[in-house]
Amino acid sequence: MAYIEVDTDVVVVGAGHAGCEAALACARLGLLTTIFTVSVDSIALMPCNPNIGGSSKGHLVREIDALGGEMGKVIDKTFIQSKMLNRSKGPAVHSLRAQADKAEYSRVMRRVLEHTDNLWIVQAEVAEILAKDQKVTGVRLCSGAIYHAKAVILCTGTYLKARCIYGDVSTYTGPNGLQAANHLSDSLRALGIELYRFKTGTPARIDKRSIDFSKMEEQFGDRRVVPFSFTTDPESVQIPQVSCWLTYTNEKTHEIIRANLSRSPLYSGDIEGTGPRYCPSIEDKVVSFSDKNRHQVFLEPEGLYTNEMYVGGMSSSLPEDVQHEMYRTVPGLEHAQIVRNAYAIEYDCINPQQLSATLEFKAVSGLFSGGQFNGSSGYEEAAAQGLVAGINAARKVLKKEQIVIDRSKGYIGVLIDDLVTKENKEPYRMMTSRSEYRLLLRQDNADQRLTPIGYEVGLISKERYERLQEKIQLIQTEKERLEHTMVGASSKIQELLKKYQSAELKTAASLAEILRRPEMRYEYLSPIDKERPVLSEEVIEQVEIDIKYDGYIKRQLKQVEQFRKLESKKIPENIDYDKIPSLRLEAVQKLKLCKPISIGQASRISGVSPADISVLLVYLEG
Amino acid sequence: MLRSDTIAAVATSMNASGIGIIRISGTESISIVEKIFCPAKKQKKLTEQKSYTIHYGTIVEDGEVLDEVIVLLMRGPHSYTAEDTVEIDCHGGVYVMHQILNLVIKKGARVAEPGEFTKRAFLNGRIDLSQAEAVIDVISSQNTYALKSSIQQLKGSVQRLIKSIREKVLYEIAYIESALDDPEHISLEGYPESLHKKIKELLQEIERLLKESEQGKILREGIRTAIIGKPNAGKSSLLNALLGEERAIVTEIAGTTRDTLEEQIRLRGLTLQMIDTAGIRKTGDKIEQIGVERAKQMMEEADLILYVIDASSALDENDKEIMPLLKEKRVIVLLNKTDLQERITAEEVQRFLEKPVIRISAKEEKGLSELADKIEQMFLTGGLSWNDEVYLTNLRQKTAMEEAKASLQKVEESILLGMSEDFYSIDLMDAYEALGRIIGESVGEDLVNEIFEKFCMGK
Repeated sequence: MAYIEVDTDVVVVGAGHAGCEAALACARLGLLTTIFTVSVDSIALMPCNPNIGGSSKGHLVREIDALGGEMGKVIDKTFIQSKMLNRSKGPAVHSLRAQADKAEYSRVMRRVLEHTDNLWIVQAEVAEILAKDQKVTGVRLCSGAIYHAKAVILCTGTYLKARCIYGDVSTYTGPNGLQAANHLSDSLRALGIELYRFKTGTPARIDKRSIDFSKMEEQFGDRRVVPFSFTTDPESVQIPQVSCWLTYTNEKTHEIIRANLSRSPLYSGDIEGTGPRYCPSIEDKVVSFSDKNRHQVFLEPEGLYTNEMYVGGMSSSLPEDVQHEMYRTVPGLEHAQIVRNAYAIEYDCINPQQLSATLEFKAVSGLFSGGQFNGSSGYEEAAAQGLVAGINAARKVLKKEQIVIDRSKGYIGVLIDDLVTKENKEPYRMMTSRSEYRLLLRQDNADQRLTPIGYEVGLISKERYERLQEKIQLIQTEKERLEHTMVGASSKIQELLKKYQSAELKTAASLAEILRRPEMRYEYLSPIDKERPVLSEEVIEQVEIDIKYDGYIKRQLKQVEQFRKLESKKIPENIDYDKIPSLRLEAVQKLKLCKPISIGQASRISGVSPADISVLLVYLEG
Repeated sequence: MLRSDTIAAVATSMNASGIGIIRISGTESISIVEKIFCPAKKQKKLTEQKSYTIHYGTIVEDGEVLDEVIVLLMRGPHSYTAEDTVEIDCHGGVYVMHQILNLVIKKGARVAEPGEFTKRAFLNGRIDLSQAEAVIDVISSQNTYALKSSIQQLKGSVQRLIKSIREKVLYEIAYIESALDDPEHISLEGYPESLHKKIKELLQEIERLLKESEQGKILREGIRTAIIGKPNAGKSSLLNALLGEERAIVTEIAGTTRDTLEEQIRLRGLTLQMIDTAGIRKTGDKIEQIGVERAKQMMEEADLILYVIDASSALDENDKEIMPLLKEKRVIVLLNKTDLQERITAEEVQRFLEKPVIRISAKEEKGLSELADKIEQMFLTGGLSWNDEVYLTNLRQKTAMEEAKASLQKVEESILLGMSEDFYSIDLMDAYEALGRIIGESVGEDLVNEIFEKFCMGK
């Protein structure tokens, strides 16, 4: 059979959120890049929830942006509602979440891809990874065509051997009825790659004409919207917003679910894949939390040009008739017209412990992967990995040193380290509690943490980098000024303090000391701060956070120092764990599988105890 | 590589009993003993003997018999250290034991560092970290009470108590974190108040544990006791009188380690560790003035102060200077020389210093059992029953517990300051981690698991 042969530098398999970031990074770094998708119309598709960001995920989007990725810019152009979550809490847990116009998001991202030099979109299914001596050489398509490449990035999302299920209906398709990728799994196994089978699910979509919103609570966006991207003009995102709506399930809903549990493929055993605990189906919630007599349900618009509303909180794989009955018990949904049924989806993904922190397969040189294929979940987690895989694939081809963002540098680092180090038995989702240094890894300082890396890599312009340096300088100068500006216990100051219910001064104090009081704010101090320079909102925010939380920040910096010490204790690549006396068998197995590069990484492997680490330390020092 | 050279040490304390065990562990242990051991009956070489066999004979150096001994053979991995181990039971007294140990060293072993047998047992996977620490305490426990507690720890009662505190801390972190992660589903309204209550309870539990561990330390290391008083009050005769009861045993030690052992007085199962008694003792005939500064310094270190007053002469400036310093201390006032004409009454003393007063005569050894009663009452009551209660047995555990306490106090502070909830969980996590260090557990995926198990997340 005749087939075409094409030479390219990098092949990206899949054009979801991971694939788009990976391909953009490679192309922008000057490499000839081909991105494959089973459907050009499904580029950057959002097959589940219609939003970007959220607790800790908002951090990821900001970090992607700080490194020179695209997600933040696209959502800033396509959002229809935006909220800063946890605004009443500390700055470390503030997180942006925006409702997206799904179709618009997809179109805008596609336009970005199409306008990027060196980047070519091809609609085709990749059937085989070509490798020689465990070194990747390209891919073969279902058509037989061969693309020779120096690096391949797998971003297949939920498409590998995908199966969608509700009740006893199951179809072998990817999300939204899109074509599944059925050939690649075997090729991966042939390369010695271990596959898992994971599962996730999505709720029904309901036509908004059939919803009685008067029975629901309206959920508005923020009055003043904060953009995701550090490059977006804040004024450009002050647009009219669309509301979401809150309602609740009730005992009637739960009765119907309980009565039909045996017909759920999750409980009948028809679904084998492991589902995520953080977004349980409504049937899971009813079973696991039987003491709760109601669960929240959020109705979220899927976009401006469609009537479809996403029913957040009620994903399910119950049969169609049960779904109809169940949704209609919810106040406001009594006459619900379902546009798309809820369904569960099963798919092949990898055990990510086979990857190194650069997202390259340890066993196959030049083969990288990112996104849901790596056992994660969520658009943001996918995009973050796609970006890192793209950067490293490009640097590999360019013969430059690989980039690893460590746990003290970003949520991206936490995400990837968790994936490649810890045992991952369900789709992995980012959470702020997974980050041990979260006071340092705030969404508001992502640029200070990561833009220098983006600049070094080549995804951040010189102009943007210099702007950041200026900002850092302004923050530093203002912090020093506040630390050194002393005010006496004058009546004017006491009055001001009284106004904000703050204790009176007994002796002179610096403005920084006063600002450290939990009840005080930077702006409150302006009447007693004569020499205050004019500063931008973003500079003031940094100054205020740095000063107010100085104690906590210093503590975490100290912990980071400790962390770096253990990270720098490298474990030689040729270490033979079998030969180390007194390491427990379980630890030996886990260490052999994960091949940690440092004592620090080894200590994070589940199943490796502190005693094992002591033994390892003794062995390495001996 | 792990040090696998052969180590040796006296495994029992070098005390008067004269019967002791020298333990040798490591690959060379059996062959080293073979070179110095002469079996009573003609038999196979020691190196060819089976594990768990006992051999009777003598230890010989240059043809000279040092001692009659019993030799126990244990081959690894079925020994305490999981290495080849030999134990020499000898009964020739402290001096001979030293000689035999020196001989073993000469033949190729090296002196074990303190706790090294246990460390090897640990590194060879025989015991876990907290067991290892308890064993070290067993080795060094100096009296029956301490021994009981160390063994109890092996059974895991410390773990159980700390685990339960730890679980409570984790639950609160998980609650906060799930609310931060899913603010639209889980609310933190009114939470700081309820957390404050719980933190107070946890702090109480920790305080209790720390207090008991303090008592535990006293039992293990002895009650650090200072005798203070004016010249001629009778401090040294009191010491002599207290030593008297144990003297029969003490003297058998034959001067080898006299100076240190003399500072310990056993009293009904408790050990009094005398602070700086050498100075006091030396002054047996030539008594110097003990200045206020010196008394202060001694009191800093002491768990118990025995304040000796000469009852036969009136209180003077010196006493009145010392007494205010004793207010916050654990003090027993001893009115000594009651065999002479008494010029001071207990009531008189108590007007200046509200502490228990006991009338004694060190010279006639009177009042000593009342003193013993009092000390026992001070250190052994308070609902502490040694069979059931648990305490932290070493400094590492105690420090970690103190850290947990400090972290929980920070949470309390943050609540009072009105800080936002995400700050609580930083300190709660520190507490959780510190508690984990005591029982050798790391944080791992605990939090994430707890969040999913206990709280219904949205989407």
